[in-house]
Parts: sequence; C-alpha cells; structure tokens
Amino acid sequence: MNHLLSTADLKLDDALLVLDTADRMARVADAPVRKLPTLRGRTVVNLFFEDSTRTRTSFEVAAKRLSADVINFSARGSSVSKGESLKDTAQTLEAMGADAVVCRHPASGAPHRLASWVRGSVVNAGDGTHEHPTQALLDAFTIRRRLGRLDGLAVTIVGDVLHSRVARSNVWLLTTLGARVTVVAPPTLVPLGISGWPVEVSYDLDAVLPKTDVVMMLRVQRERMSAAFFPTEREYSRRYGLDADRAALMPEHALVMHPGPMVRGMEIASSVADSPRSTVVEQVANGVSVRMAVLYLLLGGSGAERESS
Amino acid sequence: MTAVIVVRGVRPLGGDARDLVLAGGTIAAVTPVGGAEHTGVVAEAAAGCADGTRPAPLVVDATGLVALPGLVDLHTHLREPGREDAETVESGTRSAALGGYTTVFAMANTDPVADTAGVVEQVWRLGQDAGHCDVRPVGAVTRGLAGERLAELGAMASSAAAVRMFSDDGHCVSDALLMRRALEYVKAFDGVIAQHAEEPRLTTGAQMNEGAMAARLGLPGWPAVAEEAIIARDALLTGHVGSRLHICHVSTAGSVELIRWAKAKGWRVTAEVTPHHLLLTEELVASYDPVYKVNPPLRTEADTEALRAGLADGTIDCVATDHAPHASEDKETEWAAARPGMLGLETALSIVIQTMVETGRLDWAGVADRMALAPARIGAVADTPRDTAGFAQVGAPATLTLLDPQARRVIDPLAVASRSSNTPYGGRTLPGAIRATFLRGRPTVLDGKII
Repeated sequence: MNHLLSTADLKLDDALLVLDTADRMARVADAPVRKLPTLRGRTVVNLFFEDSTRTRTSFEVAAKRLSADVINFSARGSSVSKGESLKDTAQTLEAMGADAVVCRHPASGAPHRLASWVRGSVVNAGDGTHEHPTQALLDAFTIRRRLGRLDGLAVTIVGDVLHSRVARSNVWLLTTLGARVTVVAPPTLVPLGISGWPVEVSYDLDAVLPKTDVVMMLRVQRERMSAAFFPTEREYSRRYGLDADRAALMPEHALVMHPGPMVRGMEIASSVADSPRSTVVEQVANGVSVRMAVLYLLLGGSGAERESS
Repeated sequence: MTAVIVVRGVRPLGGDARDLVLAGGTIAAVTPVGGAEHTGVVAEAAAGCADGTRPAPLVVDATGLVALPGLVDLHTHLREPGREDAETVESGTRSAALGGYTTVFAMANTDPVADTAGVVEQVWRLGQDAGHCDVRPVGAVTRGLAGERLAELGAMASSAAAVRMFSDDGHCVSDALLMRRALEYVKAFDGVIAQHAEEPRLTTGAQMNEGAMAARLGLPGWPAVAEEAIIARDALLTGHVGSRLHICHVSTAGSVELIRWAKAKGWRVTAEVTPHHLLLTEELVASYDPVYKVNPPLRTEADTEALRAGLADGTIDCVATDHAPHASEDKETEWAAARPGMLGLETALSIVIQTMVETGRLDWAGVADRMALAPARIGAVADTPRDTAGFAQVGAPATLTLLDPQARRVIDPLAVASRSSNTPYGGRTLPGAIRATFLRGRPTVLDGKII
C-alpha cells in the first residue's frame, strides 16, 4: 500500500492491519512519554485546500507523536490563490522533500490526481463528496473498541448520504469488515446510483432503529435547504433527527456516533449527544491513533532503523 | 499547382479497384486499374508537361486504399478568436485534413462569440487563408450565448460566411419561447438550429453521468433526463413550427428513442453522435483523469450500444467530432476544475471503424453517408454528392479522402497536429489511417502528411 485514497479499494487484511496497529498506537497515548521515534527524519505535509482544523490537527498530532517533521500548507494565502495549480503545488512540496502528503480538497478525486504526480505517499483527508478514509477507519476502530467486534453488526447511517464522504467511506469499509449497513435519509439525499452499493435503503428511521447496533448521524449542511433537498429544518429534524425518544428505540448496547461538528437540536438532541452511548469524544481521540497507524504503515518503519541498516 | 492527379488502384467505398483521374476540381475519369493513361485528360496533361506548359500528372499509388467522400464535421471547436493557445484555425484545420476532413463547422463559443457577421467572416477568412479544408462558421443563436436575445441570424446568413447552422453549443437555449423564435426565424434562409440539449437546472454542478459510478466517486451527476427533456421539448416545437432542428452530441439511449419518435412523426429533426460516445464509457472516470471529462458526459455501456444501433439504422444521422482542444493547464488539474472536452478530428474515422465497421454495423457506403454525405446535407455544404451513388462518378467533386483500412497506429498525444493534446486515446492502438485528402482536386494530405 503506497497511498490511502479510498476505503473502496482497501482489502480486509489491510483494514485489519490498520486497526490492529492503531490499537498499539493507542497505548502510546497512555504512556508517560507520548512519543515514538519511528518516523524521525521523515517529512509529512498537511496540504489543506479546505478549512478543517479538527482533521488537520489530528494528523499533525499523529505525525508528531511518531517524531515526523510536519509542514502545514493551507491554501488560503498561498500561491494557490495566485493561480498556481494543484500539480505545481504538489511538485513544489515534493521538491521540498515530503515523504507523505495528507490532502484535504474540495474536489472529489483530487488526492488521486496528486498521487499520480508525486513520489511520496498520499493520504486522502477528505475529498469533495467522495471519501474520507481515516474517518471511516477511526469509526470502525471506535466501534470495535466499544462492542468488541464489527462482523455481523447492524450499522445505520442517517442523513445527507448524497453529499457525505464520511458515509461513502464507511459503507465500503464497514461492509469489508463484515457489518451490515443501512442508510436512512430523505430520498432527495440518497444517491440515485445507490442500488449498486452493498446497503439497505430506508426512509423510515423509527423502523430501523430497533434493529441497530450502531447509528451514525451525518452532518446536514444548511445550504442544502435552498436546493430543495428538504422543505424545512423542522421537518428534517422531525423525520430524521435523533432525539431521546428515538434513541430509546435502540437496543441498550447500541452506540450513537457523529463525525462532527454536530448541529445540536436538528440532527441530534444534546441529551443523546452527551449520553454514555455517544462516542463523539472518543472518536476524536481515536482519530489520532488511527492516523498514527496509517502514517506508520505507509512510511514503513523508523528513521533509527534506517540509520542502523 | 498540380493540374492532374491519377489515383491508382483505389477502391471507391470499398468496391472494386479503380483508377480515378482528378482534374479541374472534379473527377475527370474513372477507369479500370491501369487504364488512366489512356484517358484524354492524362494524355493532355502529359503532353503539356513535355513542353513545360503544365505540371506533370501526379500519380498516387492507392493500391488497397478505400476512397470516401471528403469527411464533413458539423461540430468543431477551433478556439480562434480568443484561445489561440489551445487551437487556431490553422492548427485545427491541419488536424481536420489529417483526419480526412474537407469541411468543418466551427462552433460559435469563441471569444468574442461568433454572434455577428464580422466574427463569422473573420473565421471563414482564416479558414480560407489556411487552406487545409473548408471552414463553415456556426453562428450563435443568442447574443453572447447568454440565452436572452437572438443574435443577428440574418446578417450572419447573408455574410460572406453564408452561415446556415446556428448553435449556442456549450450552452442550451433553454428558454422555450426563444427557441421557438429561433426555429421560426431561420426558416427564411433554410437555416438549422443545432441544440446543445441540457436542461440547466437539472445539471447544476454536474460533473459526470448520474448513476452508480457517480454515486461511488462522489461526483455530482448529469442525469440522462436533462438531455432527453430538452430533445422532447424541441422536437415538439419543431413539429409545431415546421422548421429544422439538429441535436448535437446525443449521448443517451433515451435520446435515441425520442429522435426515432420525432422522425416517425415526420418532423425535420436530425442528430449527431460523437466518436467518444460511441466507444468510451463512464467507467473511465474512476481514474479521475480529466482527459475523460466531456459534456455531455461519458455514459454507460447500454447507452453506447443504443447510440451505435441508432447510427446504424439512421435514427442518428451522422458522426460529429465535438473536437474540443484545451490547453494543458485547463486539463492537468483536479476533475472539478478541468474544462470539459476532448480532441476528435484526427481519430474520428478510426473510432467509427472500430465501433461500426469492425462490428459489422456499417459498410463503407454507410461510413461515407454518416461522416460526409449526411452532415453535408444538414449543413448545406455544396461540392458534396447528395448520396453514395453520386460519388466516384465522372463530374463529381474531387473532394475525397483515402484510407488504409488495414493500418494500425498507436496514438501519441504529443504528436497530433492540434495545439492541444487532450486526446483520450493516448497509447491506444486504433484501426485505419488516412493516407491522402483531396479538396476540390488539390491534395491537402499526401502519404499521411499535411501538404
């Protein structure tokens, strides 16, 4: 594996390897010195064309815990705003010696293009409405830690599936890992070509929740309303929001997940988001472990090992 | 200039080998192989040569080659004026001649837009100066392609460019009343409105064909119904006002059905399909390589199958390239930022051979009709026979192309005559190669090279 661009092409063994490695990385967070020398001398570039403090910081912390040098490159105020192309930017960063490029981009497929222009590894940190593979990996990691397994679980993904890269990555990864996935959304927010996906589709959240082990709520962007995807926020909330009454339909062990940031009151009630069955805060912590695992596996081993060989 | 050309041993429309004698812009004699020397016109030229009053007859060995009427492309983007870095009339028509074309219709979406007599005459004159093939400018339907007010259609029609085809290509004339008026107005000079069928509200932000692949790739979908809804509406309008409508770059199976229905009604609707929609499918988009980004987008296998069937049975009248050169900075970028369009002139005939001839759907007479005669009829091109029976006859225009059907060639994007290199066929081996092109008896391409 040279790059992590998509969970659609991630094989079961590779996915399990990431999760198992993340388990080991999580122990570093609990150790007195929370740092490994593994990627000493390596350079990781965070190439962010879209604002995302949470994801960028998570990757930065992960790289630093592995002792890599980190360069944060934000499109705002950079040469990109002067008309420099993605290709120019990629080649410039590579000339500076990037071993890995973590790319967030508003255009679907941009990290794929990047991977064809650079020699280093490319990690997709979210591209347009396509994929966000490390988010899906950290979600899977979180579920496995809480429930002990993924195989055979019923996972329900709720909300704007059409525009959600988190939903796409989770559908492919969770199915590969043996979970059964159901998506619930208004028909306007379900992709027309979803029949080719390994999922069940439902428009009725209340009917699905009692058979759900994990419910993943998706973020709904307010601008969707102006494009007539649904009539009003209130109607959306009534039909697809997760309030306390709905959450009570779920089995006792069932988890509530959200990739954040949450629109409280509309997508999810505060009482549910802050309840013990919610994993929202854990997901953030686990994100660092999973991203450490990904960087470790892509960049393959420690600077110390290279020096001694 | 060569006065007399003997094309020896060529097979007109794939039939028996013949010698063709080209003189005075027409076919002066058609004889059995080896018989050309006995015709008066060659003897006369040879005699004139001896006393230095005439150039010697040029003999082109065309053994094994197929002769077709000079190809006509109803849909070419030459980019001049405005984007001469991507293409010029000179470079685009070189490409055309090398692809076997003798007439190209230059689309109006230049900068400035070809919406006045001045601009269409400029493009027409640039074509004449280049001399590689005839350039017939397409006039814009609406001023600035804005879809709000009609352009001066009549002035363009009566200009030196004698415009007969009008299109806002790249944009749909989406206002139904404006479309009706345009269809009615051009009846005065038997013009045709060529519609880019795309309901704009249904394709806002669209990046590729809507369906399973778009859902997986996370690219906003361009639904088939956005094309079909406009075709249905415009066919009804055409039937209502009794005018001529041409549908550009048909891309869906549903569109083929609608055109079949409109023709069955007796309405004057014609249609074109691009070579790339006959061959390529949306699967290629999974690479996110913008060389495959085109508008309308690449569709499904079922669509290409329906398009091939529609072209074979005449529902779709002709092949048009939608040759759309783009500078590398407009293509070597992320998918969403890339401009749609691909090169087509130098590979069109090869793709038609691969998809239609090698699959047994069209013979050479069929290829001649779909790539030369039918587009000439639609675009009112003089100097082209009305049908295949009028081709390779004494007195017919000596505007033809010679093709080696056995040849195979590997496409090198950097070796094309176009100023741009955005061909989707880079590295592919394609069948057939143009050996010579003649425009009114004058060679524009010989031995596969531009003259």
